[in-house]
Order: sequence, then structure tokens, then C-alpha cells
Amino acid sequence: MSDLKEKAIHGLFMFNGLLVVIVLVGIFALLVGTSIPAFREISLKEFLFTARWNPTSYVRTQYGIGAMLVSTAMVTIGALVIAFPLGIGTAAYLSDIASPRVREIAKPIIEILAGIPSVVIGFLGIVLVGPAIARLFNIPNGLNALNGSFLLAIMALPTIISISEDALKSVPKSFTEASLALGSTHWQTIVKVKIPAAASGIFASCMLGMGRAIGETMTVLMATGCAPAMPHGFLDSVRTMTSTIAIELGEVPYYTTHYYALFGVGLVLFIITFLVNMISDIVLRKYQIKVR
Amino acid sequence: MNKKNIEQNAGITVLFLCLGTVALILVVILWDIFTKGAGKISWAFLTQMPKNGMTEGGIFPAIIGTFLVTLMTALFAVPLGMGCAIYLNEYARDNRFTRLIRMSIRNLSGVPSIVYGLFGVVLFVQLMRIGTCILSAGMTLGLMTLPWTITASEEALKNVPQAYRSGALALGATKWQSIRTNVLPYAIPGMLTGTILGLARAAGETAPILFTGAAFFLPFLPESLFDQFMALPYHLYIMATQHHDIEGVRPIAYGTALVLIVLVFSMNLFAIILRYKLRKVRKE
Amino acid sequence: MQKLKERSVNRKTGKSQNGNGEPAGPGAAKGKKMGEIVIRTEGFNFYYGDEIAIKSVTMDIYKNKVTGIIGPSGCGKSTFLRSLNRMNDVIDGTRIEGKVEIDGQDIYAPGVDVVSLRRKVGMVFQKSNPFPKTIFENVAYGLRINGVKDRAYISDKVEASLKGAALWKEVKDRLNDSAFDLSGGQQQRLCIARALAIEPEVILMDEPASALDPTATLKIEELIEELKNDYTIAIVTHNMQQAARISDYTAFFMLGELVEYDETSKMFTNPGKKITEDYITGRFG
Repeated sequence: MSDLKEKAIHGLFMFNGLLVVIVLVGIFALLVGTSIPAFREISLKEFLFTARWNPTSYVRTQYGIGAMLVSTAMVTIGALVIAFPLGIGTAAYLSDIASPRVREIAKPIIEILAGIPSVVIGFLGIVLVGPAIARLFNIPNGLNALNGSFLLAIMALPTIISISEDALKSVPKSFTEASLALGSTHWQTIVKVKIPAAASGIFASCMLGMGRAIGETMTVLMATGCAPAMPHGFLDSVRTMTSTIAIELGEVPYYTTHYYALFGVGLVLFIITFLVNMISDIVLRKYQIKVR
Repeated sequence: MNKKNIEQNAGITVLFLCLGTVALILVVILWDIFTKGAGKISWAFLTQMPKNGMTEGGIFPAIIGTFLVTLMTALFAVPLGMGCAIYLNEYARDNRFTRLIRMSIRNLSGVPSIVYGLFGVVLFVQLMRIGTCILSAGMTLGLMTLPWTITASEEALKNVPQAYRSGALALGATKWQSIRTNVLPYAIPGMLTGTILGLARAAGETAPILFTGAAFFLPFLPESLFDQFMALPYHLYIMATQHHDIEGVRPIAYGTALVLIVLVFSMNLFAIILRYKLRKVRKE
Repeated sequence: MQKLKERSVNRKTGKSQNGNGEPAGPGAAKGKKMGEIVIRTEGFNFYYGDEIAIKSVTMDIYKNKVTGIIGPSGCGKSTFLRSLNRMNDVIDGTRIEGKVEIDGQDIYAPGVDVVSLRRKVGMVFQKSNPFPKTIFENVAYGLRINGVKDRAYISDKVEASLKGAALWKEVKDRLNDSAFDLSGGQQQRLCIARALAIEPEVILMDEPASALDPTATLKIEELIEELKNDYTIAIVTHNMQQAARISDYTAFFMLGELVEYDETSKMFTNPGKKITEDYITGRFG
């Protein structure tokens, strides 16, 4: 009797654990299921390899996500170019140079930065970063890829800093001591010994930061201007995959090709972030095992 | 030697400047929001409905909406997250099934929030026919929060000494008895701490609720879980980009941003204080 | 409990032999009458994964006696002890072969209720592990999980158990204080009281005094002397003098095998094997 009860409880918790798998598979399945009808009218080739997205045209609707992919890639790469050096530098300072006092102040700074809602960052993109960019480059408005990159960098920084810092901290002390004993300066040790030794952890942190940047919606939606055309530079307005979904899903009637196509965009987004996260996960895991 | 020193000093200065830049970014963000938003904050702003096409009045319904949807998120995510953590930490062995669950959790935490929004639209709004409402939005945010809740809960369970479990088992407790009477009571405060941090993030999220229940403007408060609602982050988005008089309502946008930030931070602060107190108790 | 069914129990090797092919038990060799057997293991093997931790142990434990189990660290003595109330079940990837009988019942047989087994075979751990509850609630814990609701009964039982563990005088005025307020020795006696409250037949003690100072150790030893009137006690100890002082029988384990098992007086004065003598006289360990 009590045995039965115990088994029932175990079963219940096991199902609860299984639920997580169901949700992940469910997300994938629903995205696939809902985007399939779109491909009755759109060829996969057009969808993936043409640039124009113009689903509401009266003349000829076009469903190419090329421009979106380029836009997403641009803001993401831009974000990493800004966040990578800044993040690694901060992580190196915190792990190797900072006094405990500085570290104690820096930790909440990074936590608070991570806690700011993305919509607030997007808002600041409009009211602060946008006008600054406009003035700096003498253009009519600053809502463009550069703005988005800058904001996404802010959002990716906490992830990059904390994981890189962990990676740098777990470099064995003996490495550092050996390097210092050979007469290297502290600085040389950081650059030539510690950062290379922590490279895979740092790489993983950037991949995670990248995953976050690719999937981020509100900041890019608000701060990049969202022009659907193919961008030619960082001062052009861009429209990422996430912002396209955010802008159009609210207005499109359910169960139309346009609606299904938006789920197709979501599916592509899901697959890309899934792969990016998987890579960082594998690297991080391998790296942890090595350190142990 | 001298050259080495110069290089060293320059290098360390650059690293320090990196940290300084990060800190400066935060200061600028907070400074801008606080200085420009503080003037708008008043009792009336917090407790009145928006008026005149949202160009005047307060943000009361958005505050209430965010509160309700976060509550819904908690009701959905907390039991499920705790249950999954209990399974992983107390019952599961290290086998393929467990590794599959852990891999799913890590991947779920990387799924973009807008994709959760899409999932919510199909599953809750359409397939389950719940419609766009607090319930749908709360469950969508709940799913998004799940990985964080699980991770935090598992951490808390790990902090309960193994001896509490074996001690109970040796006295003839069943597995569930030992968990219920001798593990959970000591893990729940820690579980809550982590969960509140997750909920704070959910409260500030916009993308998952865009299509699952958040409304542009409602002249009344939601009366049931099946009503649409206004939410602080969505309201800020509207005030910043969708309003017909964007420049005119900028102060309202700043005020909303400030309230949102204060809300999210006070949830974080609450969790941090709770964690600090728990550590103190444990040390004694 | 749910994991027990997965355990493979191989009874084929359950022959009445110990690792060296010697007959089991101190009395067996001489045909002496030894009293009632409470626990009997036969050809007991224990594996952590593929690694064998206990090799073919055959051994009897007698009623109302103290049986000391000694041996160098890692010899399997704690593992053996924990096999007697199936506490090893909670460790992943463990497996047994052979037989463990308590009161004539195979405790690894399919369908055995581990929960009631553990109620019958109490355990005191190496490091005292009071629960973060009051002194009273610690002792009452075993009763409460067994569904006892009668308050008067619980409070009588708590008192009796604390008396049984020679702790009552020290704590009777502070039953509602946290168990963590007690000293290390008191905490360990509290854990003994906690085990007594559910009226076990056998009490397993895994180096119960190893973390205590000499005074507290002495108290525990005196207590064990008392307890054997009502209980059967098996105690793992690292301390040879302690085994000599308190146990009636002593078993010497090495590398997972039962090397020698006899009356304590004989083991310590005239051990049957050179290696036992070497260990007891402190030549290794």
C-alpha cells in the first residue's frame, strides 16, 4: 500500500521531469507544424535564399528571409565586436587584478545590468543612443544596426563577463605561478597564459552571449528602425527575424500564408539559437571535464 | 625591464577601463531613467487610469496587469519547476533519461522569448482555446521561467545535507517521507529565492506577452483570468514607439520605465536579502 | 524503495564459507553454543559498479551482544554494516550477491519492505546527524513518520528513549531547544535516542565516537554497554582499544574479506592469524 503510494509519487515527479523534454519537443513540433502550411505556397528556396519579405503586397507577395537573416547577423556580430573585448577585459580585471573590494562592488553592477528589462534598454536606444548616433554621424535618425548592436552588446555583457570570469578563475594556479616564476609580468601572464588556457570557456561565453543577442526581441524592435529592405551598412535601418515576428504577428489574420510564414521565421530562429546554444554547451562541458 | 613595466601598467589600465566602461553604462542608464522619470512619479500616476488617449493620467492598470500576470507565472512555474528539481536531485539516477532532461533544460533557457510567444499563441490561445488573456500570458511566461526555476530549486536541494536524508531513511522513513519532512522544509526558502529572481525577469519581459494577452489600452481593470490586460513593459513599448504623440508622452514613458525598473529591482533585492538571511541562519 | 527491484540478487554463490574457506563464526569452529543468531550473512558479495567491495563474507551476529567490526580504512567494514539495513541501496550502481538474513528472513529477497527493515535495524552514523529540529522533535521523528499521533505516547516514548540514551538528565529542561545547541557527544547520544524511539531489534553503529573527545567517547561506550541488555549491537570502529573494551565479539576485515571473527578476548590475546595479530598490535593500519 505505502509502496504503491511511493511509486505513484515517484512516477509523478518523473512525469514532471519528462515535462521539460515535452515542452522543448513541443515547441519544435508546434513551430514545424504551424509553418508547414506556408510551404505549400512558398518554396523553401524562395523562403531561405531570397532577400525580399513583402507579404502584404497587392501585386506579388514575397517571402524571402534573406534580409532578415543578414540583419540579425549584422546586429549580432556588431554586438559581439563591442561586447567581446569589453567583456573579456572586465572578466580578466575582475578575476586577476581587482581587489576583493572592487570585486564586491562590480558583482552587483553586473547583476543589475543583467536585470534591466530589455524593453527599458530598447527605450534608451530611442531616447539616448539614437540621438547620439544621429549627431555623431550626422544622419537624420539613429535608429539603425549600430544602435541595435550597441544595445545588444549591453545585454550580452553580463553573460560574457560572468562565464569568462569563471573560466579564468578555474585556470589552475600552477599555470600562473609557473609563468610568473619565469619572469613574466602579471600582464604577460594574463594575456599569454591565462586567457589562452581559458579560451574554450571564453568562447562558450561568447556563444551564449550570441545566442542571447540573436533571440533578443524588444531592443532591436525598438532601436533599429525596422525597415524591411536589405541593409548595406551599420548606419542602415535593419529588421531582424525577431522584430519581424513581433511587428507582424499582431496584425496578421490567423491561418493565412503570412501567418504560417511567420512561424517559419520562428522555426529558423529556434534552430539557429538551438545550434548556437548546443555548441556553447558542448564546449563548456568538455572544458569543465578537462579542468576537473 | 622598464619597457615591460610600461606595458604591464598600460595593459592593466586598459582592463580597468573595460570594467569602468561597463560600470559607466549602468550609471548612465540608471541616471537617465531616474532623473527623467522621478518627476513623473506621484500617487496619482501610480493609481490613476490613463486618460485622454493615454496622454495624461496614470499607469494603474499596467501595474495591476503586471502584478497579476507575474502571479499567474509564479503559480504555473513554481510547482512545476520545484517538482522537476525534486525529480532530478532526489529520485533520478545519472542515466540517459536524466541527461536528456538536463539537456532540455539548458536548451529551453536559450530559446528566444519571442519563440515562447509563438508557442503560447498556438498552444494556449488557439489549440486550448483559452484566448488572449492573463492566463495564456502567465502560462507562456511560466514556461519561459521554468528552466530558471528548476536550476534554482535544484541548487537549493543540493544545499540540504545528505545526512538529513540518510538519517530519515535509517529511521524507516519512506523516500517521499524523508523528502517531505526532512529535505523540503530546509530547501523551500532557497527555492523561493531563486524563483523570485526568475519571476523578476518574467515581470520585465515583453515579447512573450505581445500576442498572448497584453493589450494596447484598456479603460478598465481585468476582472478575470480570461481578460486581456495592460502590462508595464508593454505599456513602455507603446509609449515609446506606437503612440500618436510620442514626443508628448515621453515623460509618461520615462515614468513607466522607472516604475518597471524599481519593481524588477525590488524583487531582486528582496530575493538577495532573503538569501543573505538564509545564509546567516545556516551559519548559526 | 523504488530502486530495489532493479537490484540483481544472486543467491547462487551463497555458500557457507568466508573468503578463506573457513567455517563461519567464532563458535562454528569449536562447536561451542553461542546464543541466538540475529543476523546471518552467507557468501555476501558487494559491488560498487564493477568493483567488488566485500568478498564472500559469511558471518553470524548474536542477540544481545556487541559485535565489533575492525579493519584498516577502506576494508569494507562500513559498507558491510550499511548492507545490513540496506542503506547502500541509495547509492547508484551498487549490487549484491549472496544472502543477508535477519531473524531468518532474507532482507534482499524480492518484495521485502525496506522501510520496515530499517525500522527493525536502527543506525547511528559516524558523524552525528541531528535534524535541524528541536531535541524533542528529533526523537519523535521516527514515531511521527510511522503515523503515531498520540501525543502522550510520543512524549512518554521520547522521555524513555532519551533516558535509554543517557541524555535525559542533561536535556529534560530544554527539549524545545534546537538539537544543534547540544555538544558533539550529546548530539551523538541524541541520534542514538532517535534510533531507540522506534524500538529496533538491532542497532548498527558506524564509528559513532570517531569525532568525539575522550570524555564523550567514554559516555558512548558506557551507553553501548547498557544498551546490549535490550538490543543487538554491531559497531564499526577504527579504534582497537575501543573494540577490545566494548565488544563481545570482534570481526577483522581486510580488503573486503572477513579475515577472522572470534570472541573479543580470544582475538586480542591469541589471534588465529598472523595478519590479525599484526593489525591488532598496530603494525599496520
